[in-house]
Amino acid sequence: MSAAQIPSLVVENLTTRFGSDRDGATVVDGVSFVLTPGQTMALVGESGSGKSATALSLMRLIEPPGRIIAGRVLLDGRDLLTMPERGMEDVRGGQIGMVFQDPLTSLNPALTIGRQITETILAHRDITPAEAERQAIDLLVRVGVSDAARRIHDYPHHFSGGMRQRVLIASAISCAPAIIIADEPTTALDVTVQAKILRLLHDLQQEMHASMLLITHDLGVVAAMADTVMVMYAGRIVEQTDVDTLFHAPRHPYTKALLACVAGIEDDRSVPLQPISGMAPDLKDLPRGCRFAPRCPLVQDVCRTTDPALRAVSRSHSVACLLVQEETAVV
Amino acid sequence: MTAPDLHPHTDRPRPASVTPMSLQGGVPPAQRAWRLKSFARDRAALAAAIFLVVIAVAVVFAPVLSAYTPDEADNLARNAPMGTAGHLLGTDQQGRDMLARLLYGGRVSLIVGVVPTIVAGLIGLLLGVLAGFFRGLADQIIMRCLDVIFAFPMVLLAIAIAGAMRPGVLTEVIAITVVLIPYFARLARTATDGVMPMPFIEAARAAGGSSFTILTRYVLPNVFSPVVVYATTLMGLMIVVGSGLSFLGLGVQPPTADWGAMVADGRVVLRKAPHVTVLPGLLILVVSLAFNFIGDGIRDALDPRTIRR
Repeated sequence: MSAAQIPSLVVENLTTRFGSDRDGATVVDGVSFVLTPGQTMALVGESGSGKSATALSLMRLIEPPGRIIAGRVLLDGRDLLTMPERGMEDVRGGQIGMVFQDPLTSLNPALTIGRQITETILAHRDITPAEAERQAIDLLVRVGVSDAARRIHDYPHHFSGGMRQRVLIASAISCAPAIIIADEPTTALDVTVQAKILRLLHDLQQEMHASMLLITHDLGVVAAMADTVMVMYAGRIVEQTDVDTLFHAPRHPYTKALLACVAGIEDDRSVPLQPISGMAPDLKDLPRGCRFAPRCPLVQDVCRTTDPALRAVSRSHSVACLLVQEETAVV
Repeated sequence: MTAPDLHPHTDRPRPASVTPMSLQGGVPPAQRAWRLKSFARDRAALAAAIFLVVIAVAVVFAPVLSAYTPDEADNLARNAPMGTAGHLLGTDQQGRDMLARLLYGGRVSLIVGVVPTIVAGLIGLLLGVLAGFFRGLADQIIMRCLDVIFAFPMVLLAIAIAGAMRPGVLTEVIAITVVLIPYFARLARTATDGVMPMPFIEAARAAGGSSFTILTRYVLPNVFSPVVVYATTLMGLMIVVGSGLSFLGLGVQPPTADWGAMVADGRVVLRKAPHVTVLPGLLILVVSLAFNFIGDGIRDALDPRTIRR
């Protein structure tokens, strides 16, 4: 990794809210990050923490009553949030490819998979349908669909879950996007298939030197795939660092708690796993002060009154916790 | 084909008649051929289709097939039973040849059964899909206007519309079309509601699909087949409704008759000459049934999941 990489996507203070000003929930709250070519950034957090909403906000696919109320998403110096809808259609599938969670329902059952891939290509490239079909076959070969020339005429229900995810990946990368957003790409798949799909995503990303934003709640996937990690809690980024630091020197109590929930294969079975007590807060009724305070084992009085901002504790490590000091201090 | 030609999913040999699509040349014609084959493999639908084609051809070539005109009365042979010399299917109470009347009456009945259903189906499909796709104000305007039509009993409204115009086949067609639109629109609207939250719609947007692309490639194909099937089930019913309008003097005028009007006329001589009632009634029944079988066949042919490979 060269230090002076030009970022492919810069997200600043992205804020998305559902519902009205008075009665609503800010599901993505001031999220900022930078994607670098050839790098994978993982976005982890529990269900409802705003991971998918972040991805959909980037693509401007938030449907009413949700809306993006603040922030900038810069791609090639242009702000996606102020771009006209036509320009956005070019970005979606063109410069940003997205892979969804559920391959079983993310393909149109009424069209052959060849048609679905060529549709995407033809929407972005000025080529003939025959040429698009040839490219679709190449793409399917690339993602590991055997007998691709024949299988482009098959319908989605002729494919297994893993194969459908391969088809969706082929569609997502069909226009060689600079950025791949993968929203829990393996959640709906068998464990054995998961590893293959992740390997495929990783290889393709490296091949194309693309940035990847990998959304997951599986820390095993993070360890295997990511270069950098953001931990999301109740709509906010609470810790952001490189993958080694996250696993070996996490600073935020929530991150530590998350890691304590994971069973390792060499762990001592007599030590029980530590679930995180309590529930994620209701986004419509957030606690004052730190959002994690009600569940935090280290909570202090100050945590209940002051909302911590995301602060850098070292060059590549930011934490949103009042109890975390600069690098030298021990928590 | 190569020797061990196995089905890619089941590892069973392919049926001999089935050539892989990729070996048949270009995609769209091959796909169309595929659907036709799937339809043809449905025996009942195929038989029904052949039957309807025969009926349609017979009706079109009525003057060739019948020595009589439908209004020509043979006063010496009233209520003649079937098999009478010169009158294969007998005559009615005024001595008119039944075969001729059935053939000519079929023209009206088929037009009234098929045309309004197709026209209303297309209009209703369009309105319902637009309402379900755009929601909001467009939805409210379209669906509430259609609710006004929907609030009236179907036949009563058809009578009112037909009554406001000059009697005739065109009047019948227009009246039935108007009353059918809300039925189709509601069906299409509901089906669109079922499709819109599907992840593949969001995936299509994320792949850069415009509203038009999503509407035509993702929503319409998934809404089309229930509408087609519904249309075929309505065709038989509309033959009967059209007959009702004629019976009330709002559709075709005597002496021209469609099958429904023939049934109505025959009731007077039901005991003496049952064939006058039974023959057109039987035709209505069998034609309706044929439309239903075709509807099932079309549904199976349109739904990729039921393509038998």
